[in-house]
Amino acid sequence: MINAVGTPQSLLLLGGTSDIALAIARRYAIGHSLRVVLAARPGERRTAAAEELRSLGCKVREIDLEARDFGSHPATVEQAFADGDIDIAVVAFGLLGDPERAWREPEAVLELAEVNYTAPVHLGVMVAARMRAQGHGFIVALSSVAGERVRRSNFVYGSTKAGFDGFFLGLGEALRDHGVSVLVVRAGFVKSKMTRGVNEAPLAVTPDDVADAVVAAVKDKRELIWVPPPMRVVMSGLRHVPRPIFRRLPI
Amino acid sequence: MVPLHGWGRGTSTRAHLAGIDSVADAVSVLRKADGDRGVVPRGLGRSYGDAAQNAGGTALDLTKLNRILHVDAESEPPTVSVQAGVSIDALMRAMLPFGLWVPVLPGTRQVTIGGAVAADVHGKNHHTEGSFGNHVRSLDLLTADLEVRTVSPDDDNPDLFWATIGGMGLTGVILGATIALQRTETAYFIVDTERCSDIHDLMAKMSNGDENYTYSVAWFDAVSKGKHMGRAVLTRGNKARLRDLPVKLAKDPLRFVAPSLGTVPEIFPNRMVNLVTARAFSTAWYHKAPKRRSGEIQNITEFFHPLDIVAEWNRLYGPHGFLQYQFVVPFSEADIFRTCVEMIVNSGHLSCLNVLKRFGPGDPAPLSFAMPGWTLTVDLPIEPGLDRLCDALDEQVVAAGGRVYLAKDSRLSAATFRKMYPRVEEFLAVRREVDPAGIFNSDLARRLELK
Repeated sequence: MINAVGTPQSLLLLGGTSDIALAIARRYAIGHSLRVVLAARPGERRTAAAEELRSLGCKVREIDLEARDFGSHPATVEQAFADGDIDIAVVAFGLLGDPERAWREPEAVLELAEVNYTAPVHLGVMVAARMRAQGHGFIVALSSVAGERVRRSNFVYGSTKAGFDGFFLGLGEALRDHGVSVLVVRAGFVKSKMTRGVNEAPLAVTPDDVADAVVAAVKDKRELIWVPPPMRVVMSGLRHVPRPIFRRLPI
Repeated sequence: MVPLHGWGRGTSTRAHLAGIDSVADAVSVLRKADGDRGVVPRGLGRSYGDAAQNAGGTALDLTKLNRILHVDAESEPPTVSVQAGVSIDALMRAMLPFGLWVPVLPGTRQVTIGGAVAADVHGKNHHTEGSFGNHVRSLDLLTADLEVRTVSPDDDNPDLFWATIGGMGLTGVILGATIALQRTETAYFIVDTERCSDIHDLMAKMSNGDENYTYSVAWFDAVSKGKHMGRAVLTRGNKARLRDLPVKLAKDPLRFVAPSLGTVPEIFPNRMVNLVTARAFSTAWYHKAPKRRSGEIQNITEFFHPLDIVAEWNRLYGPHGFLQYQFVVPFSEADIFRTCVEMIVNSGHLSCLNVLKRFGPGDPAPLSFAMPGWTLTVDLPIEPGLDRLCDALDEQVVAAGGRVYLAKDSRLSAATFRKMYPRVEEFLAVRREVDPAGIFNSDLARRLELK
């Protein structure tokens, strides 16, 4: 159960090797006996993540998650809830991809669409059903400002995040009367392994910054946040820039 | 499913609320209960945290089982048998005309007898009369096997009885209880009030002289720092006898005075309790009390339940709610107790309703809260950083061999709980025996891993 001051007992990380997901787990691990379900591809990265969380005193269960193998999703969710209630589920997996390949190669666009949109919404409804049945729960969906106004430089990624963002905001509305909350996190540029090699954008943040913002937002029962917060104002402005000008902006 | 929350409104989850009119209904709810999410009994919802919530499962509403079944005014002590949903308010009103008095009264009369037993509540007379469980003669308990058992402290094996006292509804559904009452000539109290300049003065005054009073409690200021830190108003009293009353009151000595000023509407924002209001309240409360006054006659509401004048006062804290932190530490750890008070005052978190009291001996129940020592209660609005303050207080309390009160708790971790309640295994052994499938469950049980 999430207690009155917003501390969970159990955490499900869908995309359990994501830098942001692990930063969130570390925050919640401090001083509490946290149970963490790490859903990710088996491999060294997952093992290392599990080891690290165990060293912080967490009880960790590793389960397999293959985003594009939709048929495997029910079993993944089944295993995720096998040890009891999940208080907070973080939907953290995603691909940035090569933005130019993504619109030229059909296989590349399909991969981004499936990993960044189809898989999260498929898993999202299954996790939501579980949480409805348990009468409580929090879904944290890691979205991106890239989906808020889709721009030429990474429009495939942006479009998947636009769909993702819309879906989880809507899911939050649908779950309002079922005791389950959804928090959509619109992060700006996050310096993580996903963006390694990409030129840093203004207002860049770290996974720890995102984790701090998520922990505070869960406590406050927020539905939508921007990280960093000024990004909200920036995006609000960008949304209204006319297309002829928008395409000339160096973003 | 409907949202259910405790009095503090800090945690809310959804459950099926099953209203019942009879014992047979209760049995049929249990029979149909989903073994996965289980059932928790619920009364008037006055526990502050998640004790009477059961996310995704069933909460059994016992408030309609509210009949007073039998009064034996001749026996010594006199006894009353009631259904579990009878409130202490209703019971007091019914018993006073017979000159009978409910021996333990918690901070509100709006709790059910079932809840009073399940939380083993205490009142201002704990140091002289113990907690509610000390006065229970027997309980009718509907257990997971769908049997109704009568258990009492005089059983050859009283383990189930004592596990149910303070057992937070996890051993079965308390359907009814027989309670020993006291006789009284009046419904009034002779009260001595005095101000104490700081926490040291207060603890010294309470340590000398509490034994002269049946009832004793102090309100203290947890907002002011420096030389006013812990300044307090100490009120202590005894039941008034008929000859103590002025003529006007003596005409109707058993009159139950319970005025109502109405209900707090659901309009208050978060942070209603802020530095300005908290300071104003604390200063006013301190200065409205006389420096020293003895022998004042007070009625039930004045002396016991000033908050009951206003219904739904928890709404004043806004939608984020608040939590109440009540802990006890043994008398030998008075220094840690003062450290805790300093931590609260210096934390920047603001608490207006702060109650300090000395407990007497505890009862044999493994999960009962009270033990000989100092107990302190603070009401804290839920704000950022509150978790750190409470965790730091937990550490002190554990180090002192003390504990936090489950009826008020909404945030303790399972690991810390085990350190505070070393007899939990005795409780769990009984629970596993009477409820092997874990039909009785609650958010509190899940949080504290009581299985």
